[in-house]
Amino acid sequence: MEFILAILIGIFYAAGLYMMLRRSLVKLIIGLILLGNGANLLIFLLGRITKGLPPIISGESPVFLGAYADPIPQALILTAIVISFGLQSFAIVLVKRAYTVVKTDDLDQMNSTDQFS
Amino acid sequence: MKTVILKTASNYLLPLLLLFSFFILLRGHYLPGGGFVGGLIAAIAFVLHAFANGLENTKQLLRIHPGFLMPVGLALALFSGFSPIIFSDLPFMTGIWFPEPLSVVGMVGSALFFDIGVYLVVVGVSLTIIFTITESA
Amino acid sequence: MIQHLVLYPILIQVFLAVVLLFCWRRVHLQKVISVVGSFLSLGIAIWLFINTWNQGTLTIQAGNWEAPFGISFVSDTFAATLVLLTAISGLAVSVFSVGTILPARLKFGYLPIFHFLLLGLNGAFLTGDIFNLYVWFEVIIISSFVLITLGGEKAQLEGALKYFTLNIFASMIFLTAVAVLYGLTGSLNMADLSIKVAAIENRGLVEVTAILFLIGFGIKSALFPLYFWLPASYHTPPPAVSAIFGGLLTKVGVYALIRVFTLIFVGDVFLENVILTIAGLTLISGAIGALVQNNIVKIFSYLIICHIGYVILGLGLASELAIAGAIFYLIHDIIVKTNLFMISGLIYRIKGTFSIRDLGGLYAKYPLLSLLMVIPFFSLVGIPPLSGFWPKLALITESFKVDNYWLIAAVLFATFITFYLIAKIWSEVFWKEGKILPKLHNFRYFEKLKLEKKIQIVGPIVFLALVSLYIGFCAENIQQLALRVAKELLNNQHYIQAVLGNQL
Repeated sequence: MEFILAILIGIFYAAGLYMMLRRSLVKLIIGLILLGNGANLLIFLLGRITKGLPPIISGESPVFLGAYADPIPQALILTAIVISFGLQSFAIVLVKRAYTVVKTDDLDQMNSTDQFS
Repeated sequence: MKTVILKTASNYLLPLLLLFSFFILLRGHYLPGGGFVGGLIAAIAFVLHAFANGLENTKQLLRIHPGFLMPVGLALALFSGFSPIIFSDLPFMTGIWFPEPLSVVGMVGSALFFDIGVYLVVVGVSLTIIFTITESA
Repeated sequence: MIQHLVLYPILIQVFLAVVLLFCWRRVHLQKVISVVGSFLSLGIAIWLFINTWNQGTLTIQAGNWEAPFGISFVSDTFAATLVLLTAISGLAVSVFSVGTILPARLKFGYLPIFHFLLLGLNGAFLTGDIFNLYVWFEVIIISSFVLITLGGEKAQLEGALKYFTLNIFASMIFLTAVAVLYGLTGSLNMADLSIKVAAIENRGLVEVTAILFLIGFGIKSALFPLYFWLPASYHTPPPAVSAIFGGLLTKVGVYALIRVFTLIFVGDVFLENVILTIAGLTLISGAIGALVQNNIVKIFSYLIICHIGYVILGLGLASELAIAGAIFYLIHDIIVKTNLFMISGLIYRIKGTFSIRDLGGLYAKYPLLSLLMVIPFFSLVGIPPLSGFWPKLALITESFKVDNYWLIAAVLFATFITFYLIAKIWSEVFWKEGKILPKLHNFRYFEKLKLEKKIQIVGPIVFLALVSLYIGFCAENIQQLALRVAKELLNNQHYIQAVLGNQL
């Protein structure tokens, strides 16, 4: 399971970076989404996907130790998902506005702010 | 999308989905669920209604601008965070609970109010975003 | 009530933002609330600072969860100082925004978002939890995205896209780093991490994580090879927005770098060398970038990058005096950079352009205002006894101690170029014979504004100029503060003890 997830995370990161390096704005957003999902899976994997070791239960109550997984990675992922939900919806609106104003979705054409004036 | 099936279904689905979203909201304290998921489900219910009946009708149904839910939700969440300071002099955001469970709802405490705040904010934010995108499309 | 003092700077901003959201369409009321609220938060910040100064590090555990499990909020001298500076700049920019931001932008919630941004800043400074830091960073960048795009002009959207993409990318790297760190230690509390990371035997993995943090925060604080988003975007929004961005946003990245590299990843020679190299290159490349620009806001944008180098240099040298110099520079830089961008807004109000080719004749027309603008300009260069002088002295002395001559060269080069640029701006904008520019339509020139508006524009500049004068002339107080911060940062036992309490 860990092995498959590790490979999957690698694919997510690679695909996300590749998409971010494209010139199209839409692909940029897809890249960001993939990267975000990769990061979430990474938290999931590194938070140990087995039961046991919840940090808030002390070692003296072994009954619960085996039954519960560490809840923190899930809380982290949920937070990260909520944040990326907000960011991605903002990104879509921004790209749409940029497309209607600049009239292109080619990032290479959007260089007017870098030019000398 | 003006199909009769979707239109008829959405009229029944809206209350059902809203009810389901409340269920998810209340379930959230000990089991999977909570304000965020519940809020998203409620938002989906309205979006589905808007798909079937047009945006104007949904706005009439809502009466208030969804953006107004954001400050209301934030204020509720802030208040629930303050409640332990006000009522029992504990640190900010400590969970305080009523001693007896209510029927249907279960245990009621500051965490529930915080979640309701989150619920309102999520409904407000997602509906504002989606309505804005739909209007400008 | 007093034990919640650490949270008040955060809570007042949430409260203000919520109240402002309720007054969505009543722009005039919003203006009043924002200014009054900014005064209040300045009062709270001073209160917090005095308490932290007198009682040492204050902590509070949110939700009454014990230290390594819940989220701790910590106010040591460093955090309290930055909260105070945020409140000072926030007050100035709030008044300046009220005076300069167009009603069209105010109607779309400029002021609530502005207070959300300050909320994020205060939260990021006060939190003691690395994931919570990530969340505050997201609060900051989401608010800054809205501020940078509000208005929706072509240049704004183009700049915003670059700003947006790279900042999100930085957040993803930061999140990845947090994930790896959690996998390594099973903790997120920074004080707890400090102990646990020191105990890890696989130093290679720790170093990789540290580099991930360096890249993530490096993009946010615009370090050498990662800064290209900054000059592409900072000149596009209105000057009030640029002022808060230029003064505080990059500094949060620097704050996080200093916090992480003095608390969690300590004493790694390789990392220190990397940071020193980056600092030198940032100084040189920022200075060279500023040389070729003709737009005053772009010049100031490159100068932000250049001057981040000084702070990072102090971090890399890692001796007590060097870190004190870095902290001193940070304090000076936040005030001066905020002021510079507000001044660029004032110049734009007077002349209707940012280009130094077209500007000119300001001194003949407004001699007193020009003299006011001299103060931040000369503080920026560090002409003694103004505020930029003292930290540079400390940094150069410390670089001599480690015999790192190319760093001294970089510091002097950057200072010299800054001096040259300020002289250039001074002669081109103030002394040069002014051109007669074509009048812009629908543009409210400074001379035609009402007295009330004029005060709202000039008042914050005077206020921040006075603060920089204080930093310069009462440098001893600031140096004492900076030394105390440096001591606390280098002896992180103090911080750990304050957070984890008697569990050690």
